[in-house]
Amino acid sequence: MNFTDMLTIIINGTIIFSTPLILAALGGVVNERAGIVNIGLEGLMIIGAFAAAVVAIWTGETLGMPGWLAPWLGILAAMLAGMLFSLPHAVASIDLKADQVVSGVALNIFAGGVALFVVKKLFEGAGQTTTVQNVFHKVNIPFLNDIPIIGPGFLQIYPTSYLAFLLVGIAYWVMYKTPFGLRLRAVGEHPRAADTVGVNVRKMRYMAVIISGGLAGLGGGTLSIAMSQSFQHSTVSGHGFMALAAMIFGKWHPVGAMGAALFFGLATALAASGQVLGLTQYVPSEFLNALPYLLTILALAGVVGRAQAPAASGKPYEKGSR
Amino acid sequence: MTVAMVTDVGGIHDNSFNQSANEGLVKAEKELGITKKVAESHRAEDYTPNLTSYVKGNADLTWGIGFLMADDIKKVAQANPNSKLGIIDSDLGGEIPKNVAAITFKEEEGSFLMGVLAAKMSKSHKVGFVGGVKFALIEKFEYGFKAGVKAVDPTAEVTAVYADAFDKQDKGKLLASQLYQQGDDIIFHAAGATGDGVFSEAKERGKGFWVIGVDRDQYELAPANTLSSMVKRVDNAVFAVTKDLGANKFEGGKVTVLGLKEGGVDYAATTEKNTPKDVITLMDSYKTKIINGEIKVPATADEFKNFK
Repeated sequence: MNFTDMLTIIINGTIIFSTPLILAALGGVVNERAGIVNIGLEGLMIIGAFAAAVVAIWTGETLGMPGWLAPWLGILAAMLAGMLFSLPHAVASIDLKADQVVSGVALNIFAGGVALFVVKKLFEGAGQTTTVQNVFHKVNIPFLNDIPIIGPGFLQIYPTSYLAFLLVGIAYWVMYKTPFGLRLRAVGEHPRAADTVGVNVRKMRYMAVIISGGLAGLGGGTLSIAMSQSFQHSTVSGHGFMALAAMIFGKWHPVGAMGAALFFGLATALAASGQVLGLTQYVPSEFLNALPYLLTILALAGVVGRAQAPAASGKPYEKGSR
Repeated sequence: MTVAMVTDVGGIHDNSFNQSANEGLVKAEKELGITKKVAESHRAEDYTPNLTSYVKGNADLTWGIGFLMADDIKKVAQANPNSKLGIIDSDLGGEIPKNVAAITFKEEEGSFLMGVLAAKMSKSHKVGFVGGVKFALIEKFEYGFKAGVKAVDPTAEVTAVYADAFDKQDKGKLLASQLYQQGDDIIFHAAGATGDGVFSEAKERGKGFWVIGVDRDQYELAPANTLSSMVKRVDNAVFAVTKDLGANKFEGGKVTVLGLKEGGVDYAATTEKNTPKDVITLMDSYKTKIINGEIKVPATADEFKNFK
């Protein structure tokens, strides 16, 4: 294999594998910037992956809607399902002032259980959906795709990958260039100060948790109807936690989180392409497979500089308290 | 009569051997009037509890699908000597308890025919193989396939890669995209549900990118891209043993080996849809040679080295 092919394979794999991480990490950023810790990203991704697969099957195969429409309805359902399932976490951590880590863990366990239970009810007792017939395909842009490396490496990716990069831009703009973003960050840093100038802390935090749920749901949907074509117990397997690590590694900044997610995506792509590229002659494939997780631990252990969480992250806000 | 089945991590919609085994039991349900029970395993730690719950729940026969649960079957069989169990794809290391019927297949023979097909059909003279996990069982597919390619086109290149998982479609898809990217035009997979990703990648790329399926006839996964499937009649094996049990002819303590001769492995009936007649005729002639014993198909790396 020549160098151009190798580079193309690695670039394309990196972008595709980082897409679900970018989306979910972005959700984490929005959440924690508003002062709510969300360990539940994994659970929200599971719900998103589940909803996307089931709705794509239902609309495309049962209702007979056009094949291009079904995956879009699936990904929309993934977003809505993520938003809906983030509500209990919002109620528990904002209104009931419960421990946010415990609530997030509960969300993870609950989501995994409920998704598999419903799948078993819908698919004759099988713990996985049937193969989804209408899924997202990699985009083919005429002419541009013929450019070596750029075309097959960067541009020939799933529509959800384009969506992820677009959302990173939007998140950056909203969080740093609009009054809404300023308020969002204020309630995460100093909710009391925000409250005294008239920002509705409760409302801002609710919105942040729900937006975050939608983003994590999108990430899960990408896993089930773009990168795979079914939902089962192993579809999400740890992506939510890697997204959490990407958020911290990216220092709670949308662009930083994207960079970290791309880095983890690179590790996953290298692990998956090690054999085709001939890397396994020098490095055992077990080590390559463990690489993304090793990097996650290293990132979390703070090897890459001090990461400063938003000051009020994880602390419930009591109106009138000092 | 209650017949239970425990899948490995692939699950019963794996488009592969778990699904095939399930189809065997569905047939037994219809024709023999058995009661079918199925449990899916999500991780290796589920095998023993799943098997035990059926054995203790008085199932007349409990199937373990896949070599991954060989040790669990042995353990459960020894702990419950009055129960009856069956295992697919393992001879339990040769020591088969009296209450276990073991079934294995000569995957290398069927895979050889797929190698013949791939070598004949490849325009680039480069073909790929995607395996699930690098165990002796999956290597039977790999070396059988490589031998078939070598027999027809000794200069063709075969790249064999392993996904290290039977349940990761995203990884199967990525590996397939890499193999196609480097110029392979036909990929044979033996990777369970991971292989679904290979089909999905071929479908996305369109005409001229071929897949050869495994275990079941996988034609419907990508009708325009599927050359053939190496079918392994797990369904027939499961049905036959279940039927024997109903007729009080259950034979435990031994392994039944099913190859091309016994109809345990073969190419799929849909092969003719995308494969020209003359290629099928060639496959048939090799099939006859294997059945006659003229060709001894290698099943391991060492046997393949000496194969000419």
